[in-house]
Amino acid sequence: MSHRTIIPIGPYHPLQEEPEFYQLLVEGEKVIDIDVRIGYNHRGIEKLSESKSFDKAAYLVERICGICSTSHPLAFVQAVENISNIEVPERALYIRTIIAELERIHSHLLWVGLAGHFLGYNTIFMWAWKYRESILDVFETISGNRNHYGMMKVGGVRRDMYEKDFPWITRELDKVVDKVIMLKGAVLDDPVIHARTKGVGVLTKDDIINYCALGPTARASGVDIDVRRDDPYAVYNKLDWKVIVRQEGDVFAKTVVRVLETLESLKIVKQCLENMPKGEIDSKPKDIPPGEGIGRAEAPRGEVIHYVRSDGSNSAVRHKIRAPTFMNFPTFKKSIVGQTVTDATIILAAIDPCYCCTERLTVIDAKSNKEVMGSRELIKLSQEKTALLKKEMGIE
Amino acid sequence: MNLKLKALLKSPWVFHVATGSCNNCDIEIIDCLTPRYDIERFGMVLAGSIRHADILLCTGIVTKQCAPRLKRAYEQAPKPVIVVAIGACACSQGIFKDSYTATVPMDQVVPVDVYIPGCPPKPEAIIAGVTKVIEKIRKSS
Repeated sequence: MSHRTIIPIGPYHPLQEEPEFYQLLVEGEKVIDIDVRIGYNHRGIEKLSESKSFDKAAYLVERICGICSTSHPLAFVQAVENISNIEVPERALYIRTIIAELERIHSHLLWVGLAGHFLGYNTIFMWAWKYRESILDVFETISGNRNHYGMMKVGGVRRDMYEKDFPWITRELDKVVDKVIMLKGAVLDDPVIHARTKGVGVLTKDDIINYCALGPTARASGVDIDVRRDDPYAVYNKLDWKVIVRQEGDVFAKTVVRVLETLESLKIVKQCLENMPKGEIDSKPKDIPPGEGIGRAEAPRGEVIHYVRSDGSNSAVRHKIRAPTFMNFPTFKKSIVGQTVTDATIILAAIDPCYCCTERLTVIDAKSNKEVMGSRELIKLSQEKTALLKKEMGIE
Repeated sequence: MNLKLKALLKSPWVFHVATGSCNNCDIEIIDCLTPRYDIERFGMVLAGSIRHADILLCTGIVTKQCAPRLKRAYEQAPKPVIVVAIGACACSQGIFKDSYTATVPMDQVVPVDVYIPGCPPKPEAIIAGVTKVIEKIRKSS
């Protein structure tokens, strides 16, 4: 029997932007087990959201993650709109779609760049991030900020788009289309990338269903799910686009899905710019009645679900968030075991993990484990809240 | 100016410490390395190890888990080291001020030399902040 070693990665490691801690148990060069410890980024957003009004909470949930900073507020405002069936003006729905799709383009380009970097192709890293800048310029024109756009609002969007910007935006997007097609050629026809990613970190269709994985991770393994088509929100059902599905389930398939999805998203944005109607952008809802609402949105990494319960006041009494990485990262157990250490980084990166989305959930999940930091404080907070509620309601 | 400081200012190596941020400032830091901004013009390179770092680029609200680790990372860095707090969270805890995992502002954990506000600050602002502190140290010594 060969010697077993543990390779620790993190929490501060040059490969990672966020603090997270992996332990790889290896035997020779083969990975036989993995342990992921997260929670460094936990910021208690669900709890904070209960102390903020619905308008402020849209800003707060935007700061869950810097990369999916439209999916979260979009899912949240849809959840709040779901409580009282608020009608959103059509122009606002078009603007929401544009922002959500531009975000998908920049997120996928970012991932392609990082994946290239992990494989030792720094040229792809530099290219992809350079072309991503044009998308960020478009964002800056529309919303005034490169990231964190602050566009979503219950009942509509916060800012209008100007028709005079459309020709320029279309020109910028056309440039990006050319570059993405070039990038597609560079990534998908490269024999070395084929050798490094084909057959690596394979997730079968059954694995995906067992682990409830989502987004491009699922679509690369032949599971045809996409909230944009299955439960249409915004204006996706009025546009012409298709869901990209591949059957192989390896890292290469995930790359293909993301690159092709980028092209689809560019198509969607262009259609929105052409068909956008004139009119109001905000239905200005006054009060949110008591009730429950669910909002779903397809983030670049998979489906985001927000659940909001309102008691008729101006803030949520319960706000529950389920981010896509929470469902995707347990698949590491299937995809990485049996692979070599050299392929570990690209397999870990293949699901496009975003731990700042996921963290909030893990701490609540860790109730049974007393060692995990935060659980005791959480229980204490919860007990205090019950006591407070009892006092307010006059029950002793 | 002593030799050590002169060497530091010529080509400062940066190390990135995220202490509970939303990824955005971190992405903008990496953006600085890419062709449009390209901080390698100023001799800045992202260092792989804290032991090689001259500048710590810190982001985030300093969560309970990260506070001891940030302190330890700072202690491991060779001195003199410049600490740059990037983003509204690192400067003042921003929107997460009332969170139960937020501890104290970053400047109470490690001595911060430069504050770059913004949510997130643009790469231009990050570059301007870092070059300003280099200029200041060069003049004062």
